[in-house]
Amino acid sequence: MMPTQSTVQSATCPECEGEIAFQRRPLAGEVVVCVGCSAELEVQTVEPLVLALAPEVEEDWGE
Amino acid sequence: MNNTVPDAPRLALLYTRVRVEERMLLDAFESIGVPIEAIDTRSLAFDTTDPEPWTRFYAVIDRSLSLTCSITATRILEGFGVRCINPARAIEVCSDKLASTIALERAGVPTPRVCVAVDEESALLAVESIGYPAVLKPTIGSWGRLVARVNDRDAAEAIIEHRATLGSAQQGVFYVQEFIDKPGRDLRVFVVGGEPIAAIARRSAHWVTNTARGATAEGIAITEELGDLCRRAASTCHADVVAIDLLECPRRGLLVNELNHSMEFRNSVQTTGVDIPRLVAEHAIRIARACRAEVAACR
Ligand SMILES: Nc1ncnc2c1ncn2[C@@H]1O[C@H](COP(=O)(O)OP(=O)(O)OP(=O)(O)O)[C@@H](O)[C@H]1O
Ligand SMILES: [Zn+2]
Repeated sequence: MMPTQSTVQSATCPECEGEIAFQRRPLAGEVVVCVGCSAELEVQTVEPLVLALAPEVEEDWGE
Repeated sequence: MNNTVPDAPRLALLYTRVRVEERMLLDAFESIGVPIEAIDTRSLAFDTTDPEPWTRFYAVIDRSLSLTCSITATRILEGFGVRCINPARAIEVCSDKLASTIALERAGVPTPRVCVAVDEESALLAVESIGYPAVLKPTIGSWGRLVARVNDRDAAEAIIEHRATLGSAQQGVFYVQEFIDKPGRDLRVFVVGGEPIAAIARRSAHWVTNTARGATAEGIAITEELGDLCRRAASTCHADVVAIDLLECPRRGLLVNELNHSMEFRNSVQTTGVDIPRLVAEHAIRIARACRAEVAACR
């Protein structure tokens, strides 16, 4: 993990157990990509901070 | 961090996932100095008899990734008299390709020719009446998913059967469009408050030119023709914020192919040099101020 000056919170990637650093206060539903394994993760809860693999795209998702 | 604007109108942003776009929008509000409450649509239980939790907002921006969430939330909030960005009727027209086609046709906005059928046999007739190659699409869907080019009758029969057997009920609507032999790219124009603010061309070796499918984007100038067409398309669908996809037809010229009510713009800010999220935020604030003034006038 690269050191950043402004990490406000961090969590562990459920896929590769690498560190996921947040530069901003995470929001429930926020999507992040793990720099270690490229897994797309979604913030499940903020307190405690829990990440899970983001769900597959559903039929009614989009622009 | 900026100071908060003293007379900021109260706004909320509904989301189901905070993607780069939602972050950029929230950041834009922060840099303007207008607080906005981010609310996860999935966490809500709306009481249709109780507007109280919502009436404090002068405008609510819907950025739900799920169409079901968008339509549900905006319908209920509008029932409470809360101004939604986009309005429910705009979401309804933009999200459903058949509704978009009907609206564009009625307004005389050039769009690819479409035939529709609700049965397998008539679907084949629809394809044959469009001619080959034809394009078969789900009426609801994005990112180029299940958009199929049909080159001949054999392919048409196979695809229609697949859709009928494997698809959901909504895929029982066969939406068949003429194939536009475009010059390896399609155009996307971002319209905010009725005004085109930025445009990109999406280029790909594949005929499906979605950036979600690997197309590359470059900023382009908004010509008078392009701008006029997009103003008309945006007013037709009543959207405050909309991305309009166009195809360049060698025969008919510019055709509006698609309207997107919850536009993605993460890759378009750099390529166009236009701060799209900031312009969206400023417009939302304008709307919220106007709504507040209206409420005040009614008292
Ligand atoms: N009739 C057509 N002729 C030629 N190319 C087409 C036609 N319809 C769609 N395409 C190409 O396929 C892409 C995806 O189609 P379309 O935009 O209709 O689907 P979508 O799933 O709604 O995508 P999105 O909403 O993300 O733009 C378009 O960007 C365009 O390049
Ligand atoms: Zn990982």
